[in-house]
Amino acid sequence: MSTLEIQDLSISFTKYSKGLRQETTQVIHNLNVSISKGEIVAVVGSSGSGKSLLAHAILGILPGNASVKGRILYDGQELTEHRKAELRGTEIVIVPQSVKFLDPLMKIGSQVQTSVRKGNAAAVQKNIFEKYKLKPIVEKLFPFQLSGGMARRVLLSMAVVSEANVVIADEPTPGLDADVIKEAEISFRKLADNGSAVMLITHDIEFALKTADKIAVFYAGTTVEVAPVSDFSGKGENLRHPYTKALWRALPQNEFIPIKGSQPLADHLPKGCPFAPRCEHATFDCSKEVPEEKMIRGGMVRCLYAT
Amino acid sequence: MQLEAIDMGFGYKKNSWIFRHVHMNVRKGEIVGLVGPSGTGKTTLGKILSGYEKPLEGVVRLNGLPLPSKGYHPVQLVFQHPEKAVNPKWRMKEILHEGWDPDKELLEKLGIEQDWLRRWPNELSGGELQRFCVARALGPSTQFLIADEMTTMLDSITQAQIWQVVLDMAKKRNMGILVISHEAHLLSRICSRMIDISQI
Repeated sequence: MSTLEIQDLSISFTKYSKGLRQETTQVIHNLNVSISKGEIVAVVGSSGSGKSLLAHAILGILPGNASVKGRILYDGQELTEHRKAELRGTEIVIVPQSVKFLDPLMKIGSQVQTSVRKGNAAAVQKNIFEKYKLKPIVEKLFPFQLSGGMARRVLLSMAVVSEANVVIADEPTPGLDADVIKEAEISFRKLADNGSAVMLITHDIEFALKTADKIAVFYAGTTVEVAPVSDFSGKGENLRHPYTKALWRALPQNEFIPIKGSQPLADHLPKGCPFAPRCEHATFDCSKEVPEEKMIRGGMVRCLYAT
Repeated sequence: MQLEAIDMGFGYKKNSWIFRHVHMNVRKGEIVGLVGPSGTGKTTLGKILSGYEKPLEGVVRLNGLPLPSKGYHPVQLVFQHPEKAVNPKWRMKEILHEGWDPDKELLEKLGIEQDWLRRWPNELSGGELQRFCVARALGPSTQFLIADEMTTMLDSITQAQIWQVVLDMAKKRNMGILVISHEAHLLSRICSRMIDISQI
């Protein structure tokens, strides 16, 4: 059974356009993802595709003008707002994207120790700092005294020491050097091996491929494909969706060739497949309605012409 | 024609140097990678080369002369976090035209939609903002570009899109580029030479 299951999730925001007139923009559409015990799922996609919102929806920390539809199940039971508030920080934790999430008035050492749930907090914290190459002096510093990479390592260590059932890491890698990224890969794997379900939200496909078991590809607010890691190889022949193929081929170690255009903004989505305006295989049918999810070769895809 | 740092040193506190005795240069038309562990001063070096900080020791020379103190700066820096490099109280159009007037062709190549120009910075994502920051830095008087983790936050398609435009422009204008990045694959793809900051 999946530890975390997201069914048909949609998120929209209400904002004032002019005076008292309100308008609603839907930013996540009919999204389905599930993560099992011991599994690492990477959610990849461009910035602005709604990846972070997904994390915030699971934790119940969306802003007040957001409305959420669909269901989120945790251990088979529905996650209500009340349960989210109860579980976040203990059973469900996040490694936030922004380093501004650290408490600015609390020293780093004690901040990390508050996340430890088992054993001697100080010892656990010292141990993890050593692993992430954070010098002992860092314990006594305040968040504003850290460099970007250091703050990121502190956030990462807080999630790792919590040993929560569900760990959601929102862009954990930017600004880290290769050694620390390697260490992070090992930590996430260890968390999963100890029975956690891990969701990695990242735009860094390379990191996702090294760490995760399967990859969910996000585009304009929905998953266009969920594929096992092994499908990302060669020229991307095994991939199902044209967007995934384009992402893979644009990597500097592959062809480094971009496709034209840009992801549509949430309030200017085309009626049909959101990728159709940039897709070279798009036909008239693609712009009629958003393609349904279908399973092909052990992966999910939303494309009429996927093979 | 080159941008060079001569015996440069910098630190924020007395007797605590981030780096000292740094000698490095980027020639016109050359694409150089700057690598090193985080916290060793790569960004600081970029800021000094583009005139945002003054070195405590040594000098920066552009074609043998000191950096100009007014007008459009010939050394442009593109930051890692575009959301911190744009004025939140300006619309995108004003931000784009701060230094020069980019033509439609450039905007199209960078994938900037006309509709985005009316928006405020907080209505666009990091990837969308970074396209504006790149367009803004590519004015006709730019001789050197410092790309400080310019595409680290972006997906691979946007990364390739932006670099294609920048490399194209660099070739056409014989512009020099210093690429600060952790991504080995990207560096080996675009750079002709690498500098390790811990060894200069």
